[in-house]
Amino acid sequence: MGHPRPHDGPAIAVADLRMRYGDKDVLTGLDLEIEPGGVTALLGPNGAGKTTTIEILEGFRGRSGGRVSVLGVDPAHGDERWRARLGVVLQEWRDNGKWKVRDIVAHFAEYYKPYTDPWNADDLLDLVGLTAQGGQRVRTLSGGQRRRLDVALGIIGRPALLFLDEPTTGFDPHARREFHELIHRLTDLDGTTILLTTHDLDEAEKLAERILILAGGRIIADGSPDQLARAASTTAEVKWIQDGRLQIHATEDATDFVRKLLATDDGAVTDLEVHRASLEDAYLELVAQFEAGEAAAAVDTFQEATR
Amino acid sequence: MNTTVHEYRTGWKRALIETKISLTTPGDLMGFVMPTAIAIVVLLFMQGAEFEGAPVSLGAMNMPSLIGMNIVFGGITAMVGALAMDRTTGTLLRAKSMPGGMTGYLVGHLVSTAMFIAVTVIALLAVGLPLFDGLEFGTPDRWLMFLAVLVTGIVAALPIGAVLGALLDNPRNMGLVVFPIMGLVAVSGIFYPITALPGWLQAVGQVFPVYWMGLGMRHALLPDAAAAVEVGGSWRTATMFAVLALWAVASMALAPRLLRRMSRRESGSAVAARRADMQRDW
Repeated sequence: MGHPRPHDGPAIAVADLRMRYGDKDVLTGLDLEIEPGGVTALLGPNGAGKTTTIEILEGFRGRSGGRVSVLGVDPAHGDERWRARLGVVLQEWRDNGKWKVRDIVAHFAEYYKPYTDPWNADDLLDLVGLTAQGGQRVRTLSGGQRRRLDVALGIIGRPALLFLDEPTTGFDPHARREFHELIHRLTDLDGTTILLTTHDLDEAEKLAERILILAGGRIIADGSPDQLARAASTTAEVKWIQDGRLQIHATEDATDFVRKLLATDDGAVTDLEVHRASLEDAYLELVAQFEAGEAAAAVDTFQEATR
Repeated sequence: MNTTVHEYRTGWKRALIETKISLTTPGDLMGFVMPTAIAIVVLLFMQGAEFEGAPVSLGAMNMPSLIGMNIVFGGITAMVGALAMDRTTGTLLRAKSMPGGMTGYLVGHLVSTAMFIAVTVIALLAVGLPLFDGLEFGTPDRWLMFLAVLVTGIVAALPIGAVLGALLDNPRNMGLVVFPIMGLVAVSGIFYPITALPGWLQAVGQVFPVYWMGLGMRHALLPDAAAAVEVGGSWRTATMFAVLALWAVASMALAPRLLRRMSRRESGSAVAARRADMQRDW
Protein backbone atom coordinates (compact mmCIF):
# COMPACT_ATOMS: atom_id res chain seq x y z
CA MET A 1 0.00 0.00 0.00
CA GLY A 2 1.58 3.23 -1.13
CA HIS A 3 1.59 6.50 0.67
CA PRO A 4 1.25 9.83 -1.10
CA ARG A 5 4.57 11.15 -2.22
CA PRO A 6 5.46 14.22 -0.22
CA HIS A 7 5.48 17.22 -2.46
CA ASP A 8 7.56 20.33 -1.97
CA GLY A 9 6.52 23.75 -3.09
CA PRO A 10 3.09 25.30 -3.45
CA ALA A 11 -0.05 23.17 -3.65
CA ILE A 12 -1.20 25.26 -6.60
CA ALA A 13 0.91 27.47 -8.85
CA VAL A 14 -0.64 29.24 -11.81
CA ALA A 15 1.06 31.73 -14.08
CA ASP A 16 -0.55 33.73 -16.86
CA LEU A 17 -3.48 31.34 -17.20
CA ARG A 18 -5.63 32.15 -20.20
CA MET A 19 -8.91 30.68 -21.35
CA ARG A 20 -10.85 31.67 -24.40
CA TYR A 21 -14.18 30.24 -25.59
CA GLY A 22 -14.66 31.16 -29.22
CA ASP A 23 -13.95 34.89 -29.23
CA LYS A 24 -14.77 35.38 -25.55
CA ASP A 25 -11.86 35.68 -23.12
CA VAL A 26 -12.85 34.22 -19.77
CA LEU A 27 -9.42 34.21 -18.13
CA THR A 28 -6.91 36.82 -19.17
CA GLY A 29 -3.64 36.07 -17.44
CA LEU A 30 -4.50 34.69 -14.04
CA ASP A 31 -1.63 34.37 -11.55
CA LEU A 32 -2.08 32.43 -8.38
CA GLU A 33 -0.03 30.61 -5.80
CA ILE A 34 -1.42 28.66 -2.87
CA GLU A 35 0.79 27.17 -0.18
CA PRO A 36 -0.16 23.83 1.36
CA GLY A 37 -2.66 23.91 4.22
CA GLY A 38 -5.56 26.14 5.10
CA VAL A 39 -8.66 27.31 3.31
CA THR A 40 -8.51 29.69 0.36
CA ALA A 41 -11.64 31.16 -1.17
CA LEU A 42 -11.88 32.12 -4.81
CA LEU A 43 -14.54 34.79 -4.68
CA GLY A 44 -16.19 36.47 -7.61
CA PRO A 45 -19.46 37.39 -9.29
CA ASN A 46 -21.28 34.72 -11.28
CA GLY A 47 -19.70 34.37 -14.68
CA ALA A 48 -16.31 35.67 -13.57
CA GLY A 49 -14.56 32.41 -14.46
CA LYS A 50 -14.38 30.70 -11.07
CA THR A 51 -15.72 27.39 -12.31
CA THR A 52 -13.53 27.51 -15.41
CA THR A 53 -10.49 28.11 -13.21
CA ILE A 54 -11.29 25.32 -10.80
CA GLU A 55 -12.05 22.88 -13.64
CA ILE A 56 -8.68 23.59 -15.19
CA LEU A 57 -7.02 22.96 -11.82
CA GLU A 58 -9.01 19.73 -11.39
CA GLY A 59 -7.81 18.53 -14.78
CA PHE A 60 -11.36 18.41 -16.16
CA ARG A 61 -10.80 21.12 -18.73
CA GLY A 62 -8.02 22.10 -21.11
CA ARG A 63 -6.68 25.66 -21.18
CA SER A 64 -5.82 28.13 -23.90
CA GLY A 65 -2.50 29.19 -22.40
CA GLY A 66 -0.35 29.66 -19.32
CA ARG A 67 1.43 27.42 -16.83
CA VAL A 68 -0.43 25.41 -14.22
CA SER A 69 0.95 23.14 -11.54
CA VAL A 70 -1.26 21.33 -9.04
CA LEU A 71 0.62 19.33 -6.41
CA GLY A 72 3.64 19.64 -8.65
CA VAL A 73 1.90 18.19 -11.72
CA ASP A 74 0.38 19.81 -14.80
CA PRO A 75 -3.34 18.87 -14.54
CA ALA A 76 -3.45 18.33 -18.31
CA HIS A 77 -1.12 15.37 -17.79
CA GLY A 78 -2.16 14.17 -14.36
CA ASP A 79 -2.16 10.40 -13.91
CA GLU A 80 -4.22 8.24 -11.57
CA ARG A 81 -1.66 8.61 -8.78
CA TRP A 82 -2.04 12.38 -8.99
CA ARG A 83 -5.82 12.03 -9.21
CA ALA A 84 -5.81 10.00 -5.99
CA ARG A 85 -4.41 13.00 -4.09
CA LEU A 86 -7.21 15.34 -5.13
CA GLY A 87 -10.72 15.61 -3.77
CA VAL A 88 -13.43 17.17 -5.89
CA VAL A 89 -16.83 18.42 -4.75
CA LEU A 90 -18.88 19.88 -7.56
CA GLN A 91 -21.74 22.35 -7.50
CA GLU A 92 -24.40 19.77 -8.09
CA TRP A 93 -23.98 16.06 -8.11
CA ARG A 94 -26.88 13.64 -8.41
CA ASP A 95 -24.90 10.54 -9.26
CA ASN A 96 -25.60 6.99 -8.16
CA GLY A 97 -28.98 7.94 -6.69
CA LYS A 98 -30.12 4.36 -6.28
CA TRP A 99 -27.14 3.37 -4.15
CA LYS A 100 -27.31 3.20 -0.41
CA VAL A 101 -25.24 5.84 1.37
CA ARG A 102 -23.02 3.41 3.23
CA ASP A 103 -22.51 1.20 0.15
CA ILE A 104 -21.33 4.10 -1.97
CA VAL A 105 -18.88 5.31 0.66
CA ALA A 106 -17.48 1.83 1.23
CA HIS A 107 -17.24 1.10 -2.50
CA PHE A 108 -15.64 4.39 -3.48
CA ALA A 109 -12.98 3.94 -0.81
CA GLU A 110 -11.84 0.85 -2.77
CA TYR A 111 -10.60 2.96 -5.67
CA TYR A 112 -8.03 4.68 -3.46
CA LYS A 113 -6.57 1.57 -1.88
CA PRO A 114 -3.60 1.17 -4.26
CA TYR A 115 -2.54 4.76 -3.50
CA THR A 116 -3.39 5.56 0.08
CA ASP A 117 -5.17 4.40 3.20
CA PRO A 118 -8.73 5.64 2.61
CA TRP A 119 -11.28 6.50 5.28
CA ASN A 120 -13.22 3.77 6.95
CA ALA A 121 -16.87 4.15 5.85
CA ASP A 122 -18.34 4.39 9.35
CA ASP A 123 -15.77 6.89 10.60
CA LEU A 124 -16.32 9.04 7.53
CA LEU A 125 -20.12 8.99 7.83
CA ASP A 126 -19.68 9.98 11.44
CA LEU A 127 -17.40 12.88 10.49
CA VAL A 128 -19.93 14.33 8.02
CA GLY A 129 -22.90 13.54 10.27
CA LEU A 130 -24.62 10.97 8.09
CA THR A 131 -24.42 7.91 10.33
CA ALA A 132 -28.20 7.76 10.68
CA GLN A 133 -28.64 7.91 6.89
CA GLY A 134 -26.24 5.03 6.12
CA GLY A 135 -28.98 2.65 5.02
CA GLN A 136 -30.92 5.21 2.98
CA ARG A 137 -30.78 5.47 -0.80
CA VAL A 138 -28.73 8.45 -1.93
CA ARG A 139 -31.56 10.11 -3.83
CA THR A 140 -33.69 10.32 -0.68
CA LEU A 141 -31.18 12.62 1.05
CA SER A 142 -31.98 16.30 1.52
CA GLY A 143 -29.92 18.87 -0.36
CA GLY A 144 -27.68 19.55 2.63
CA GLN A 145 -27.20 15.85 3.41
CA ARG A 146 -26.40 15.15 -0.23
CA ARG A 147 -23.69 17.81 -0.25
CA ARG A 148 -22.23 16.43 2.96
CA LEU A 149 -22.10 13.03 1.27
CA ASP A 150 -20.32 14.70 -1.66
CA VAL A 151 -17.77 16.11 0.78
CA ALA A 152 -17.34 12.66 2.31
CA LEU A 153 -16.69 11.21 -1.15
CA GLY A 154 -14.36 14.11 -1.88
CA ILE A 155 -12.15 13.48 1.15
CA ILE A 156 -12.46 9.69 1.18
CA GLY A 157 -8.91 9.20 -0.13
CA ARG A 158 -7.44 11.69 2.37
CA PRO A 159 -6.57 14.17 -0.39
CA ALA A 160 -3.74 16.65 -0.14
CA LEU A 161 -5.95 19.16 -1.95
CA LEU A 162 -9.74 19.49 -1.86
CA PHE A 163 -11.77 21.55 -4.35
CA LEU A 164 -15.21 22.78 -3.34
CA ASP A 165 -17.13 24.51 -6.13
CA GLU A 166 -19.92 26.75 -4.81
CA PRO A 167 -20.65 24.26 -2.05
CA THR A 168 -23.64 25.98 -0.45
CA THR A 169 -25.58 27.15 -3.50
CA GLY A 170 -29.29 26.69 -2.88
CA PHE A 171 -28.96 25.97 0.85
CA ASP A 172 -31.28 27.28 3.50
CA PRO A 173 -29.55 29.09 6.40
CA HIS A 174 -29.61 26.02 8.63
CA ALA A 175 -28.05 23.69 6.04
CA ARG A 176 -25.54 26.38 5.29
CA ARG A 177 -24.51 26.71 8.87
CA GLU A 178 -24.15 22.95 9.26
CA PHE A 179 -22.04 22.87 6.14
CA HIS A 180 -19.77 25.64 7.40
CA GLU A 181 -19.26 23.70 10.61
CA LEU A 182 -18.27 20.67 8.56
CA ILE A 183 -15.66 22.70 6.67
CA HIS A 184 -14.25 23.90 9.98
CA ARG A 185 -13.97 20.28 11.11
CA LEU A 186 -12.14 19.45 7.88
CA THR A 187 -9.57 22.15 8.48
CA ASP A 188 -8.67 20.39 11.69
CA LEU A 189 -7.66 17.31 9.68
CA ASP A 190 -4.01 17.70 9.09
CA GLY A 191 -2.49 18.72 5.85
CA THR A 192 -5.48 19.15 3.58
CA THR A 193 -5.39 22.29 1.46
CA ILE A 194 -8.89 23.50 0.60
CA LEU A 195 -9.76 25.74 -2.34
CA LEU A 196 -13.39 26.77 -2.48
CA THR A 197 -15.23 28.99 -4.91
CA THR A 198 -18.12 31.15 -3.87
CA HIS A 199 -19.91 34.28 -5.00
CA ASP A 200 -20.81 35.05 -1.42
CA LEU A 201 -18.41 37.35 0.47
CA ASP A 202 -19.91 36.43 3.82
CA GLU A 203 -19.18 32.76 3.18
CA ALA A 204 -15.63 33.51 2.09
CA GLU A 205 -15.00 35.62 5.23
CA LYS A 206 -16.40 32.88 7.47
CA LEU A 207 -14.47 29.98 5.98
CA ALA A 208 -11.27 31.20 4.41
CA GLU A 209 -7.96 32.42 5.76
CA ARG A 210 -7.24 33.92 2.40
CA ILE A 211 -9.58 35.42 -0.17
CA LEU A 212 -8.80 35.82 -3.84
CA ILE A 213 -11.23 37.94 -5.78
CA LEU A 214 -11.61 36.93 -9.41
CA ALA A 215 -13.12 39.37 -11.87
CA GLY A 216 -12.42 40.43 -15.41
CA GLY A 217 -10.48 37.24 -16.02
CA ARG A 218 -7.81 37.71 -13.36
CA ILE A 219 -7.24 38.04 -9.64
CA ILE A 220 -7.97 41.62 -8.62
CA ALA A 221 -7.53 41.33 -4.86
CA ASP A 222 -5.69 38.91 -2.63
CA GLY A 223 -5.36 38.82 1.13
CA SER A 224 -6.79 37.69 4.43
CA PRO A 225 -10.38 38.81 5.12
CA ASP A 226 -8.87 41.36 7.53
CA GLN A 227 -6.37 42.77 5.07
CA LEU A 228 -9.01 43.10 2.38
CA ALA A 229 -11.42 44.74 4.78
CA ARG A 230 -8.81 47.28 5.82
CA ALA A 231 -7.81 47.95 2.22
CA ALA A 232 -11.41 48.54 1.25
CA SER A 233 -12.04 50.94 4.10
CA THR A 234 -9.24 53.45 3.66
CA THR A 235 -11.71 56.16 2.74
CA ALA A 236 -13.93 57.19 5.60
CA GLU A 237 -16.87 59.51 5.85
CA VAL A 238 -16.91 61.79 8.89
CA LYS A 239 -20.24 63.36 9.92
CA TRP A 240 -20.95 65.78 12.74
CA ILE A 241 -23.27 68.57 13.77
CA GLN A 242 -21.84 72.02 14.27
CA ASP A 243 -23.84 75.20 14.81
CA GLY A 244 -26.99 73.15 14.25
CA ARG A 245 -25.88 72.09 10.77
CA LEU A 246 -24.91 68.64 9.49
CA GLN A 247 -21.32 68.53 8.22
CA ILE A 248 -19.89 65.75 6.05
CA HIS A 249 -16.28 65.23 5.10
CA ALA A 250 -14.59 62.37 3.21
CA THR A 251 -11.02 61.62 4.26
CA GLU A 252 -8.23 59.11 3.83
CA ASP A 253 -7.07 59.57 7.40
CA ALA A 254 -10.08 59.80 9.63
CA THR A 255 -8.12 59.68 12.88
CA ASP A 256 -5.98 62.68 11.99
CA PHE A 257 -8.95 64.63 10.68
CA VAL A 258 -11.03 64.06 13.81
CA ARG A 259 -8.11 64.96 16.10
CA LYS A 260 -7.69 68.29 14.38
CA LEU A 261 -11.42 68.91 14.25
CA LEU A 262 -11.92 68.39 17.95
CA ALA A 263 -8.79 70.33 18.90
CA THR A 264 -10.19 73.54 17.41
CA ASP A 265 -13.98 73.34 17.86
CA ASP A 266 -14.28 74.65 21.42
CA GLY A 267 -16.96 72.10 22.19
CA ALA A 268 -19.26 73.02 19.30
CA VAL A 269 -19.06 69.63 17.54
CA THR A 270 -21.74 67.08 18.52
CA ASP A 271 -23.02 63.78 17.14
CA LEU A 272 -19.67 62.82 15.62
CA GLU A 273 -19.77 59.69 13.39
CA VAL A 274 -17.05 57.98 11.41
CA HIS A 275 -18.31 55.59 8.76
CA ARG A 276 -15.87 53.37 6.94
CA ALA A 277 -16.76 51.87 3.59
CA SER A 278 -16.69 48.11 4.19
CA LEU A 279 -15.33 45.31 2.06
CA GLU A 280 -18.94 44.34 1.62
CA ASP A 281 -19.77 47.73 0.12
CA ALA A 282 -16.85 47.49 -2.27
CA TYR A 283 -17.67 43.91 -3.24
CA LEU A 284 -21.39 44.53 -3.73
CA GLU A 285 -20.58 47.45 -5.98
CA LEU A 286 -18.26 45.20 -7.96
CA VAL A 287 -20.99 42.59 -8.38
CA ALA A 288 -23.61 45.17 -9.34
CA GLN A 289 -21.39 46.70 -12.00
CA PHE A 290 -20.37 43.29 -13.21
CA GLU A 291 -23.95 42.21 -13.64
CA ALA A 292 -24.73 45.42 -15.48
CA GLY A 293 -22.18 44.27 -18.06
CA GLU A 294 -19.51 46.77 -17.07
CA ALA A 295 -16.83 44.26 -16.15
CA ALA A 296 -13.85 46.50 -16.87
CA ALA A 297 -15.32 49.48 -15.00
CA ALA A 298 -16.23 47.20 -12.11
CA VAL A 299 -12.67 45.99 -11.75
CA ASP A 300 -11.32 49.54 -11.87
CA THR A 301 -13.72 50.81 -9.22
CA PHE A 302 -12.99 47.89 -6.96
CA GLN A 303 -9.26 48.22 -7.26
CA GLU A 304 -9.55 51.94 -6.62
CA ALA A 305 -11.46 51.20 -3.42
CA THR A 306 -9.07 48.52 -2.15
CA ARG A 307 -5.78 50.04 -3.13
CA MET B 1 -0.62 -3.74 -5.70
CA ASN B 2 -1.11 -3.85 -9.47
CA THR B 3 -3.38 -0.88 -10.14
CA THR B 4 -4.89 -2.22 -13.38
CA VAL B 5 -5.92 -5.48 -11.75
CA HIS B 6 -7.28 -3.47 -8.83
CA GLU B 7 -9.34 -1.26 -11.17
CA TYR B 8 -10.93 -4.29 -12.82
CA ARG B 9 -11.62 -5.90 -9.48
CA THR B 10 -13.26 -2.70 -8.22
CA GLY B 11 -15.34 -2.63 -11.42
CA TRP B 12 -16.42 -6.17 -10.74
CA LYS B 13 -17.54 -5.21 -7.23
CA ARG B 14 -19.39 -2.27 -8.69
CA ALA B 15 -21.14 -4.64 -11.11
CA LEU B 16 -22.34 -6.85 -8.26
CA ILE B 17 -23.76 -3.84 -6.40
CA GLU B 18 -25.39 -2.43 -9.56
CA THR B 19 -26.96 -5.79 -10.43
CA LYS B 20 -28.31 -6.13 -6.92
CA ILE B 21 -29.77 -2.63 -7.19
CA SER B 22 -31.35 -3.36 -10.62
CA LEU B 23 -32.90 -6.59 -9.42
CA THR B 24 -34.29 -4.95 -6.27
CA THR B 25 -35.53 -1.70 -7.82
CA PRO B 26 -39.14 -2.16 -8.94
CA GLY B 27 -38.78 0.47 -11.69
CA ASP B 28 -35.78 -1.25 -13.29
CA LEU B 29 -37.40 -4.64 -13.07
CA MET B 30 -40.73 -3.47 -14.48
CA GLY B 31 -38.93 -1.81 -17.37
CA PHE B 32 -37.82 -5.27 -18.39
CA VAL B 33 -40.77 -7.40 -17.25
CA MET B 34 -43.58 -5.36 -18.82
CA PRO B 35 -42.51 -5.40 -22.50
CA THR B 36 -41.43 -9.03 -22.18
CA ALA B 37 -44.73 -10.04 -20.59
CA ILE B 38 -46.67 -8.27 -23.34
CA ALA B 39 -44.55 -9.99 -25.99
CA ILE B 40 -45.15 -13.41 -24.46
CA VAL B 41 -48.92 -12.82 -24.34
CA VAL B 42 -48.85 -11.84 -28.02
CA LEU B 43 -46.85 -14.97 -28.81
CA LEU B 44 -49.39 -17.10 -26.97
CA PHE B 45 -52.06 -15.82 -29.35
CA MET B 46 -49.77 -16.78 -32.25
CA GLN B 47 -49.70 -20.37 -30.99
CA GLY B 48 -52.50 -21.20 -33.43
CA ALA B 49 -50.86 -19.51 -36.41
CA GLU B 50 -48.72 -21.51 -38.79
CA PHE B 51 -46.09 -20.51 -41.31
CA GLU B 52 -46.17 -22.65 -44.39
CA GLY B 53 -43.42 -25.26 -44.34
CA ALA B 54 -42.57 -24.81 -40.65
CA PRO B 55 -42.98 -27.78 -38.30
CA VAL B 56 -43.87 -25.59 -35.28
CA SER B 57 -46.35 -22.80 -34.64
CA LEU B 58 -45.44 -19.18 -35.27
CA GLY B 59 -45.62 -18.60 -31.51
CA ALA B 60 -43.02 -21.27 -30.81
CA MET B 61 -40.85 -19.94 -33.63
CA ASN B 62 -40.99 -16.43 -32.25
CA MET B 63 -40.15 -17.36 -28.68
CA PRO B 64 -36.43 -17.99 -29.41
CA SER B 65 -36.35 -15.01 -31.80
CA LEU B 66 -37.67 -12.85 -28.98
CA ILE B 67 -34.91 -14.04 -26.67
CA GLY B 68 -32.30 -13.25 -29.32
CA MET B 69 -33.80 -9.82 -29.93
CA ASN B 70 -33.95 -9.07 -26.22
CA ILE B 71 -30.23 -9.68 -25.85
CA VAL B 72 -29.29 -7.24 -28.61
CA PHE B 73 -31.99 -4.68 -27.93
CA GLY B 74 -31.63 -4.87 -24.16
CA GLY B 75 -27.85 -4.81 -24.28
CA ILE B 76 -27.65 -1.79 -26.56
CA THR B 77 -30.36 0.30 -24.92
CA ALA B 78 -29.09 -0.47 -21.41
CA MET B 79 -25.59 0.74 -22.29
CA VAL B 80 -26.79 3.79 -24.22
CA GLY B 81 -29.29 4.69 -21.54
CA ALA B 82 -26.76 4.32 -18.75
CA LEU B 83 -24.07 6.37 -20.48
CA ALA B 84 -26.49 9.15 -21.46
CA MET B 85 -28.20 9.24 -18.07
CA ASP B 86 -24.97 9.03 -16.11
CA ARG B 87 -23.60 12.01 -17.93
CA THR B 88 -26.59 14.07 -16.87
CA THR B 89 -26.48 13.02 -13.23
CA GLY B 90 -22.70 13.39 -12.97
CA THR B 91 -22.10 9.69 -12.31
CA LEU B 92 -19.59 9.64 -15.13
CA LEU B 93 -17.85 12.76 -13.88
CA ARG B 94 -17.68 11.23 -10.43
CA ALA B 95 -15.96 8.21 -11.95
CA LYS B 96 -13.55 10.53 -13.68
CA SER B 97 -12.73 12.27 -10.40
CA MET B 98 -11.48 9.07 -8.76
CA PRO B 99 -8.27 7.17 -9.48
CA GLY B 100 -9.13 4.33 -11.86
CA GLY B 101 -12.75 5.41 -11.60
CA MET B 102 -13.46 5.36 -15.32
CA THR B 103 -12.24 1.78 -15.74
CA GLY B 104 -14.18 0.74 -12.67
CA TYR B 105 -17.30 2.45 -13.97
CA LEU B 106 -17.13 0.86 -17.42
CA VAL B 107 -16.25 -2.62 -16.21
CA GLY B 108 -19.03 -2.27 -13.65
CA HIS B 109 -21.61 -1.31 -16.25
CA LEU B 110 -20.56 -3.88 -18.82
CA VAL B 111 -20.58 -6.71 -16.32
CA SER B 112 -23.78 -5.67 -14.53
CA THR B 113 -25.63 -5.23 -17.84
CA ALA B 114 -24.38 -8.64 -18.95
CA MET B 115 -25.53 -10.17 -15.69
CA PHE B 116 -28.91 -8.46 -15.85
CA ILE B 117 -29.42 -9.73 -19.42
CA ALA B 118 -28.32 -13.24 -18.52
CA VAL B 119 -30.66 -13.38 -15.53
CA THR B 120 -33.64 -12.03 -17.45
CA VAL B 121 -33.01 -14.22 -20.52
CA ILE B 122 -32.87 -17.31 -18.36
CA ALA B 123 -36.13 -16.20 -16.72
CA LEU B 124 -37.64 -15.73 -20.18
CA LEU B 125 -36.50 -19.20 -21.19
CA ALA B 126 -37.92 -20.72 -18.02
CA VAL B 127 -41.30 -19.13 -18.75
CA GLY B 128 -41.23 -19.91 -22.49
CA LEU B 129 -40.23 -23.57 -22.43
CA PRO B 130 -43.39 -24.95 -20.77
CA LEU B 131 -45.69 -22.53 -22.61
CA PHE B 132 -44.77 -23.36 -26.19
CA ASP B 133 -44.99 -26.75 -27.87
CA GLY B 134 -42.14 -27.76 -30.12
CA LEU B 135 -39.21 -26.07 -28.35
CA GLU B 136 -36.33 -28.49 -27.84
CA PHE B 137 -34.00 -27.88 -24.91
CA GLY B 138 -33.42 -31.36 -23.50
CA THR B 139 -29.88 -32.18 -24.56
CA PRO B 140 -26.43 -30.76 -23.69
CA ASP B 141 -25.69 -29.78 -27.30
CA ARG B 142 -28.76 -27.48 -27.14
CA TRP B 143 -27.58 -25.95 -23.86
CA LEU B 144 -24.14 -25.40 -25.27
CA MET B 145 -25.48 -23.73 -28.41
CA PHE B 146 -27.81 -21.54 -26.33
CA LEU B 147 -24.95 -20.44 -24.09
CA ALA B 148 -22.63 -19.82 -27.03
CA VAL B 149 -25.20 -17.65 -28.81
CA LEU B 150 -26.08 -15.85 -25.56
CA VAL B 151 -22.46 -15.02 -24.79
CA THR B 152 -21.64 -14.00 -28.37
CA GLY B 153 -24.73 -11.81 -28.45
CA ILE B 154 -23.85 -10.06 -25.20
CA VAL B 155 -20.24 -9.57 -26.30
CA ALA B 156 -21.47 -7.96 -29.53
CA ALA B 157 -24.33 -5.89 -28.09
CA LEU B 158 -22.56 -4.21 -25.16
CA PRO B 159 -19.72 -2.56 -27.11
CA ILE B 160 -22.20 -1.46 -29.80
CA GLY B 161 -24.19 0.13 -26.98
CA ALA B 162 -21.03 1.75 -25.60
CA VAL B 163 -20.18 3.22 -29.03
CA LEU B 164 -23.69 4.62 -29.52
CA GLY B 165 -23.85 5.82 -25.93
CA ALA B 166 -20.53 7.64 -26.26
CA LEU B 167 -21.79 9.40 -29.39
CA LEU B 168 -25.14 10.35 -27.89
CA ASP B 169 -24.66 12.98 -25.24
CA ASN B 170 -28.20 13.61 -24.08
CA PRO B 171 -30.85 11.18 -22.78
CA ARG B 172 -33.35 13.28 -24.71
CA ASN B 173 -31.95 11.76 -27.91
CA MET B 174 -32.45 8.16 -26.79
CA GLY B 175 -35.07 7.86 -29.53
CA LEU B 176 -32.34 8.29 -32.14
CA VAL B 177 -31.04 4.92 -31.01
CA VAL B 178 -34.21 3.14 -29.94
CA PHE B 179 -36.43 3.83 -32.97
CA PRO B 180 -33.96 2.69 -35.64
CA ILE B 181 -33.41 -0.52 -33.69
CA MET B 182 -37.17 -1.05 -33.52
CA GLY B 183 -37.31 -0.57 -37.28
CA LEU B 184 -34.48 -3.03 -37.59
CA VAL B 185 -36.40 -5.58 -35.54
CA ALA B 186 -39.22 -5.36 -38.11
CA VAL B 187 -36.89 -6.48 -40.92
CA SER B 188 -34.94 -9.01 -38.84
CA GLY B 189 -37.36 -11.92 -38.98
CA ILE B 190 -38.19 -11.76 -35.28
CA PHE B 191 -41.99 -11.90 -35.45
CA TYR B 192 -42.26 -13.39 -38.95
CA PRO B 193 -39.73 -15.33 -41.02
CA ILE B 194 -37.42 -13.01 -42.93
CA THR B 195 -37.92 -15.04 -46.12
CA ALA B 196 -41.39 -13.49 -46.40
CA LEU B 197 -39.83 -10.06 -46.99
CA PRO B 198 -38.74 -8.60 -50.36
CA GLY B 199 -35.15 -9.49 -51.26
CA TRP B 200 -33.61 -6.07 -50.61
CA LEU B 201 -35.16 -5.86 -47.14
CA GLN B 202 -33.82 -9.33 -46.38
CA ALA B 203 -30.40 -8.04 -47.38
CA VAL B 204 -30.72 -5.03 -45.04
CA GLY B 205 -31.86 -7.20 -42.14
CA GLN B 206 -28.94 -9.56 -42.57
CA VAL B 207 -26.37 -6.81 -42.14
CA PHE B 208 -27.33 -6.27 -38.49
CA PRO B 209 -26.95 -8.46 -35.41
CA VAL B 210 -30.65 -8.62 -34.47
CA TYR B 211 -31.39 -11.04 -37.32
CA TRP B 212 -28.42 -13.24 -36.51
CA MET B 213 -29.24 -13.40 -32.81
CA GLY B 214 -32.80 -14.46 -33.64
CA LEU B 215 -31.44 -17.08 -36.02
CA GLY B 216 -28.93 -18.34 -33.47
CA MET B 217 -31.57 -18.71 -30.77
CA ARG B 218 -33.94 -20.49 -33.17
CA HIS B 219 -31.06 -22.79 -33.99
CA ALA B 220 -30.56 -23.51 -30.32
CA LEU B 221 -34.23 -24.05 -29.43
CA LEU B 222 -36.16 -25.28 -32.49
CA PRO B 223 -36.18 -28.72 -34.12
CA ASP B 224 -33.75 -29.02 -37.02
CA ALA B 225 -36.62 -29.32 -39.50
CA ALA B 226 -37.54 -25.69 -38.69
CA ALA B 227 -34.47 -24.55 -40.62
CA ALA B 228 -36.50 -25.18 -43.76
CA VAL B 229 -38.10 -21.72 -43.56
CA GLU B 230 -34.78 -19.90 -43.01
CA VAL B 231 -32.71 -18.28 -45.73
CA GLY B 232 -31.13 -21.09 -47.77
CA GLY B 233 -32.98 -23.65 -45.66
CA SER B 234 -30.09 -23.75 -43.21
CA TRP B 235 -29.14 -22.40 -39.75
CA ARG B 236 -25.89 -21.06 -41.25
CA THR B 237 -24.14 -21.60 -37.91
CA ALA B 238 -20.66 -20.50 -38.97
CA THR B 239 -21.91 -17.37 -40.76
CA MET B 240 -24.04 -16.48 -37.74
CA PHE B 241 -21.10 -16.59 -35.33
CA ALA B 242 -18.86 -14.83 -37.85
CA VAL B 243 -21.22 -11.88 -38.37
CA LEU B 244 -21.81 -11.45 -34.62
CA ALA B 245 -18.07 -11.69 -33.97
CA LEU B 246 -17.41 -9.08 -36.65
CA TRP B 247 -19.82 -6.67 -34.97
CA ALA B 248 -18.18 -7.38 -31.62
CA VAL B 249 -14.65 -6.80 -32.91
CA ALA B 250 -15.55 -3.66 -34.86
CA SER B 251 -17.36 -2.01 -31.96
CA MET B 252 -14.71 -3.07 -29.45
CA ALA B 253 -12.11 -1.39 -31.64
CA LEU B 254 -14.14 1.83 -31.75
CA ALA B 255 -15.46 1.91 -28.20
CA PRO B 256 -12.31 2.75 -26.20
CA ARG B 257 -11.47 5.70 -28.42
CA LEU B 258 -15.00 7.11 -28.27
CA LEU B 259 -15.29 6.50 -24.54
CA ARG B 260 -12.00 8.30 -23.93
CA ARG B 261 -13.24 11.23 -25.99
CA MET B 262 -16.49 11.24 -24.04
CA SER B 263 -14.61 11.12 -20.74
CA ARG B 264 -12.22 13.89 -21.76
CA ARG B 265 -15.14 16.22 -22.48
CA GLU B 266 -16.76 15.63 -19.12
CA SER B 267 -16.71 18.50 -16.61
CA GLY B 268 -18.98 20.05 -14.03
CA SER B 269 -20.11 22.79 -16.37
CA ALA B 270 -20.77 20.25 -19.14
CA VAL B 271 -23.04 18.34 -16.76
CA ALA B 272 -24.79 21.54 -15.67
CA ALA B 273 -25.29 22.67 -19.27
CA ARG B 274 -26.79 19.31 -20.24
CA ARG B 275 -29.14 19.43 -17.29
CA ALA B 276 -30.22 23.00 -18.06
CA ASP B 277 -30.80 21.93 -21.64
CA MET B 278 -33.07 19.10 -20.52
CA GLN B 279 -35.02 21.31 -18.15
CA ARG B 280 -35.62 23.83 -20.89
CA ASP B 281 -37.17 21.18 -23.07
CA TRP B 282 -39.37 19.52 -20.50
